[in-house]
Amino acid sequence: MSHQNLRGWMYSAPSVLMMGLLLFGPLLAVLFISLTDWQLGQDSFSFTGLGNFRALFADAVFLKSLRNTCIYVLLVVSGTVILGLLVAILLESSDGLKGFYRTAHFVPVMAAASAMAVVWGTMLHPTIGLFNRVLHVFGYASISWLRDERTALLSLVVIGIWQGFGYAMVLFISGLKAVPQSLYDAAEVDGADGVVDRLRFVILPMMGPVLMFVVIVTAVRAFSVFDTVRVLTGGGPNYSTDVLLYRLYTESFDYLRTGYGAALTVVFLIIVVVLTLVQAKVMDKRVHYS
Amino acid sequence: MAAIDLLGIEKRYGATSVLKDVSLSIQDGEFLTLVGPSGCGKSTLLRIIAGLESADSGQVRIAGRDVAGDRPKQRNVAMVFQSYALYPHLTVFDNIVMPLRMQRLTSAQRFPLLGRLMPGRNRIEREIRAEGEEVAAMLGVGHLLERKPGQLSGGQRQRVALGRAMVRHPAAFLMDEPLSNLDAKLRVQMRTEIMSLHRELGTTFVYVTHDQAEAMTMSDRVAVMMDGELLQLAGPEQLYADPDDLRVAEMIGSPQINVIPAGMLAGAHRAAWGLPQEVATVAFRPERGSITQQSDATLNGVVSMSENLGADIFVHVRLDGDAGTVVVRTGADGPRHAAGEVVGVSVEGREVLWFDAGKKRIRRQDAEVLAA
Amino acid sequence: MKPLLLGKTGKVVRHVVLVATALFALLPFVWMLSLSVKPAGEIFQADFHLLPSSLAGLDNYRTVFANAPMLRFLLNGVLVCGSIFVLQLLVCIPCAYALAKLRFRGRDTLFSVVLIALLIPPQVLSVPHFILLYYTHLLDSYGALILPWIFSAFGVFLLRQFFRTIPDELIQAAQLDGLSESTIIWRIMIPMSAPAIAAFGIFSVVSHWNDLFWPLIALRHVELATPALGILLFRDDEFGQQFGPLMAATVVIVTPLIVVFLSAQRRFIDGLTIHTMK
Repeated sequence: MSHQNLRGWMYSAPSVLMMGLLLFGPLLAVLFISLTDWQLGQDSFSFTGLGNFRALFADAVFLKSLRNTCIYVLLVVSGTVILGLLVAILLESSDGLKGFYRTAHFVPVMAAASAMAVVWGTMLHPTIGLFNRVLHVFGYASISWLRDERTALLSLVVIGIWQGFGYAMVLFISGLKAVPQSLYDAAEVDGADGVVDRLRFVILPMMGPVLMFVVIVTAVRAFSVFDTVRVLTGGGPNYSTDVLLYRLYTESFDYLRTGYGAALTVVFLIIVVVLTLVQAKVMDKRVHYS
Repeated sequence: MAAIDLLGIEKRYGATSVLKDVSLSIQDGEFLTLVGPSGCGKSTLLRIIAGLESADSGQVRIAGRDVAGDRPKQRNVAMVFQSYALYPHLTVFDNIVMPLRMQRLTSAQRFPLLGRLMPGRNRIEREIRAEGEEVAAMLGVGHLLERKPGQLSGGQRQRVALGRAMVRHPAAFLMDEPLSNLDAKLRVQMRTEIMSLHRELGTTFVYVTHDQAEAMTMSDRVAVMMDGELLQLAGPEQLYADPDDLRVAEMIGSPQINVIPAGMLAGAHRAAWGLPQEVATVAFRPERGSITQQSDATLNGVVSMSENLGADIFVHVRLDGDAGTVVVRTGADGPRHAAGEVVGVSVEGREVLWFDAGKKRIRRQDAEVLAA
Repeated sequence: MKPLLLGKTGKVVRHVVLVATALFALLPFVWMLSLSVKPAGEIFQADFHLLPSSLAGLDNYRTVFANAPMLRFLLNGVLVCGSIFVLQLLVCIPCAYALAKLRFRGRDTLFSVVLIALLIPPQVLSVPHFILLYYTHLLDSYGALILPWIFSAFGVFLLRQFFRTIPDELIQAAQLDGLSESTIIWRIMIPMSAPAIAAFGIFSVVSHWNDLFWPLIALRHVELATPALGILLFRDDEFGQQFGPLMAATVVIVTPLIVVFLSAQRRFIDGLTIHTMK
């Protein structure tokens, strides 16, 4: 037995070492640093307890970024899920051009977010961008999509939806494939054969767990939004597109307020972990059929 | 309550022909089973009757009416599925009365929450509730009405599925292997329940199964299908004793009928049994043979094993000259035969069934007519 | 198993809607390509045509390659992502094997720890990783880009699940034939796990290739930039102010992964969705 023990641990040693060094050690470090006022490069620091957290929640900029992030997540999740589900259902309902549609919708997922953000930036350009050209054709004035407080976050929301709905679509397609034909048949025989009835009695109930799953996955990805903000708006105008991770980045690496940044990190971590655990719990309960 | 007529049904999937010119008439109120191995087309035929699939050619008539354009809900048939197909998020009660709600309530009345405010809705709901509870009580699931399907056992789920079918008082019940997902003991129990249900309701039952024992015990008539063709439609006894086709003979009856290629028989046998030339295969049931001493008039071989099932003993005899193995039933009171014993199997000429090279049955009267 | 039953009109409606959404998905790519082959004059023209009037815009590409280390960025991407993946395999495969096939004390605890590690989003560790690299003077190097990622909890999880499906009897038979344990891992388990390794590889390479956050933090030198950072640097540079060359640069950055994707779609989609289907 103890020879097996040795071999087991020998094989796991690199992973265990790396987990400690790269994952749990740093995690503890973050928790620790969040309780201090340390700044990177300094030799000394003092213990401030929950001071950073108090400051965080009194900081108007942070609260605004938290609010922006929540709005962003709500809108992106709704848009991504609805669009992804619509495309998945339509795609699976007939064989015509299925492969092409699937590929076309998935390409945005593959392309680097920062590069495509650059492209979207040119599309949203105040004069020669695509959308404003279209507005001109219809006689409307240009909109400064990314420079106007009212439209900046919404523009990022649209980009966020664009990036993710193909991913949601693919997950929904595999969920749809698992719906048993006999349930559709039973509904038809019972008289529930219209689109609304099929959705209400067969598709949506059977997709319950998948829906939940996609919502959580999309939400976690949306909470982690960074690239588009960094590339297109830098958090502005007037902090209207400032988001959690962007805050984290500027505080920790631009201003080097490491302790404060660590507190931000902890908040971010808690949100993501709670979301993921909620998903696990809900998935456990919501299994209708074995 | 209706008769169902199928005329010349054909169905292809791509290049494969799944149903080849199938015609059969199901009488009003009878229990008819479609039996055959998987892939023989029986489920497809059932689905065509229901309207879930359409035939490439041929006609389906229910209660005398051609139902070609009718959607499933218009055909007044109810279907019970192998996987029960219950709505997972609805309670047992909602599952059972779903067809009634679909039939009697308008879309507005069915609208979630607000539908309750529509006029007439509450009265209809009360009627539906009474009917649903009645059916549930009949099937013994009255105490489960508030549960969801996920909380029920297999047997209970099947009963709820039956309830959903019964509540519509359909012209016919279509059942697609409803018992295949249940364990053996439950299956036997549900078999008798379905049979008594049929007696009680008197409705036409069209039942699909691959289990020949189920077909034989439950049905008024059995349609044996293979490779998309209807081989024979007859009552169980006739199928057993008087099969039209070798494949029917092999499918029906357990243990399987003994089959010997006629070419393997000694000339003496051919003469003793009076086999006409066209006979390519002979067959006889295990209970029609008996173990005796070897002689010219018996099929000779060596006992390979003896299955002792208590009341019956099945003796397996490997025939000489690679003619195959035959199984003979002997009573528990008779002599025991051990492996290795050299024996002869004797079968009376008239118990031997004849089949031609195309697996079709040759009956003695026909043969005599041919010879004459 | 079609969700909706569509008649003739239904099928037409389906095509109309799907073409619209596909257009939405592909629009930025079409725009990007279109602008990349247009000279500055055309881009700023008052009237707009999708197709360029001439191929004069191909100059944009020349400008890009002359003034930005595009190939360097792509090569960095290959180098960094490739190294990360290889190192991940070296670290994770033995651990996954041990968790799947060996019995040792603390095994189940170790697996729970791996599962917990799955919960941690990578950005959370950026500050301490930065600190670690700062004090070991490894910042602003290839090491900074590679080292924080050489362990992947997801890799251990995925491979362990897959290894578990390999029958014990197969391994025992190999042992009876005299194969050493490392040979068994190398010659039997790894080849049999090719689909899982491929899926993990795709997931790992795509996420690191597209990552902006960490390279932005860890690098100062332009020559080390990976593609996602590279395009940002180009945009902030002189020639990136012009849309023609800028779009040409994005084409260069985005095309490699898309081309690979198009040639192995099934694998890609499986690889990227397997992460979430755990």
